[in-house]
Amino acid sequence: MNALRITAAPRTLAVGIALAAATALLGVLAMQTGTIKFSFTDVMAAVFGLSDNPQAGMVIHRIRLPRTVTAIGVGLCLGAAGATFQSISRNALGSPDIIGFTTGAATGAVAQIILFNAGPAATAVAAIVGGLLAAAVVYALSVRGGVSGGYRLILVGIGIGALLGAVNTLLLLKGNEDMALQAQMWLSGSLAARTWEHAVPVAVAVVLLLPVLMVQGRSLGLLEMGDDVARALGVRVEASRLTSMAAAVGLTAVATAAVGPIAFVALAAPQLAARLTRSVQVPMGTGALMGAALMVACDLLTQRLPIAVHVPIGLMTGLVGGCYLLWLVTRSRSI
Amino acid sequence: MKTASTHLDGSDVLSGHALDLGYDGRRISEGLDVVIPPGSFTAIIGPNACGKSTLLRALSRLLKPTSGHVDLDGRDIHGYRTRDVARRLALLPQQSTAPDGITVSDLVARGRFPHQGILRQFSDTDKAKVAEAMAATGVSELADRAVAELSGGQRQRVWLALALAQDTPVLLLDEPTTFLDIAHQLEVLRLCRRLHLTGNYTLVTVLHDLSLAFRYADHVIAMKDGRIVAEGPPSRIATPAIMREVYGIECVVITDPATGGPLVVPLEPDGVSLSVPADSLQVPA
Repeated sequence: MNALRITAAPRTLAVGIALAAATALLGVLAMQTGTIKFSFTDVMAAVFGLSDNPQAGMVIHRIRLPRTVTAIGVGLCLGAAGATFQSISRNALGSPDIIGFTTGAATGAVAQIILFNAGPAATAVAAIVGGLLAAAVVYALSVRGGVSGGYRLILVGIGIGALLGAVNTLLLLKGNEDMALQAQMWLSGSLAARTWEHAVPVAVAVVLLLPVLMVQGRSLGLLEMGDDVARALGVRVEASRLTSMAAAVGLTAVATAAVGPIAFVALAAPQLAARLTRSVQVPMGTGALMGAALMVACDLLTQRLPIAVHVPIGLMTGLVGGCYLLWLVTRSRSI
Repeated sequence: MKTASTHLDGSDVLSGHALDLGYDGRRISEGLDVVIPPGSFTAIIGPNACGKSTLLRALSRLLKPTSGHVDLDGRDIHGYRTRDVARRLALLPQQSTAPDGITVSDLVARGRFPHQGILRQFSDTDKAKVAEAMAATGVSELADRAVAELSGGQRQRVWLALALAQDTPVLLLDEPTTFLDIAHQLEVLRLCRRLHLTGNYTLVTVLHDLSLAFRYADHVIAMKDGRIVAEGPPSRIATPAIMREVYGIECVVITDPATGGPLVVPLEPDGVSLSVPADSLQVPA
């Protein structure tokens, strides 16, 4: 890898490595957890297919590894998507769960469950379609004179999000109780019973789209200085913005299809990463890794918390991410 | 006259041909022809809304002409990849936002973007060019300061350093002295003049202040209502007739006691005297 010399600032690199290590460690801890407990070495051996414990091999491979891979993948997706939209809108509120894309995916999923009830695969497809449609509408309404982004994107997005939120509630009221309950469960977001069927699409999306965003990250950073400056510096302004948005919307839609709407990771992860790295670059890689760490940490918490109720991951991310962000923001002097 | 001068191979550095320019169907210029003399320090002057900045935006390919074409090094500027334009031509726009918390050196380093790629990141050349740009604009000692903390004059020099770090033969500046006090205006224009005198740059700036334009530029383009009324060296543009046509003002042109160049002194209408005793005008010997 000598030809590809990515020169990240040392601090950014350190934060990235630390987050990756934390994610891996938390992932292993999560895989030890469950009805049957496994030791650290059991999990490691099973993950690498070296286990002589057939029970561990089966439980880890069929149940716990896909769940953890899904959690990590969804975290990467949401972290990078959040970093992208926060940069494009130049606003910390510009994350896909606030500007309507996640709600759009939810509308697709809920509509499928209530109106057609064609099973989980159809729900995932409907969520992706819903997310993409919502994004297309937000983009079409916020673009003006061939220029998108900024405050307008957020306002239009919040409007569309509120509208779709109302539609979701209407759909829930319209459906029969069973369907409504099923839809409601989907809406709180869950990692329970996630198999390779869920993990693989997320992993594919990460492999295909995350590199696109990593490359676009620097152009996005320049776009934060204004379209004229970015263009003068050789950024293909609208092309760059559209590519990044499309990739980020794709990541959001696939992630939401896999686990339902996840609160707060897209909003908090890039902000947390930026504060840790103290860098003015778009926190694309570190934001994605922070998203993964948050997701796995929340998954671990939902499983290990000594409370009787089952806490869905979507609620836990809101709790943990929210507290962490508040703590970080209140103890720093700048915003 | 210098206007006819060209590259050795016969092509212009930067020129516009039969340009129709406007925004959202609002036509600003029609059939505009303009040649920027290579190696010149060109100032575009004219009243508000005369199309100065629009012309500069067209010359920097930020605005695509509805018809006609801008040529950079003899080829249509819109035929280049935007990154290739950015290696030949830098622009200091009127409006720009520094990202929160960015330091001076980080901001100036962004000027190296067009010279980098996915595979070629920040190199020693980049480092040297950034240091050079910061030294030329006198912001080296501000390197680690946050851009947001700087004064208006310092900030403008930092943005200028960003454009210089791009290391392009052509430099376009859109009203680089707006919002600056006279000391900082002079500072920025003296820097432009120094760059011009090195012979390595073709500078084009939009300027509002006539005395500064005539003092520092060596080629002036006077515009009105989207048309070029006159162009040439300051001594040929700073005339009562052209000032009347461009700005609708009456003036006398005297010799600037400090530089020997032309100085436009507006007259009051109907010969009203402002009753300044002649002996209160102090001219250093």
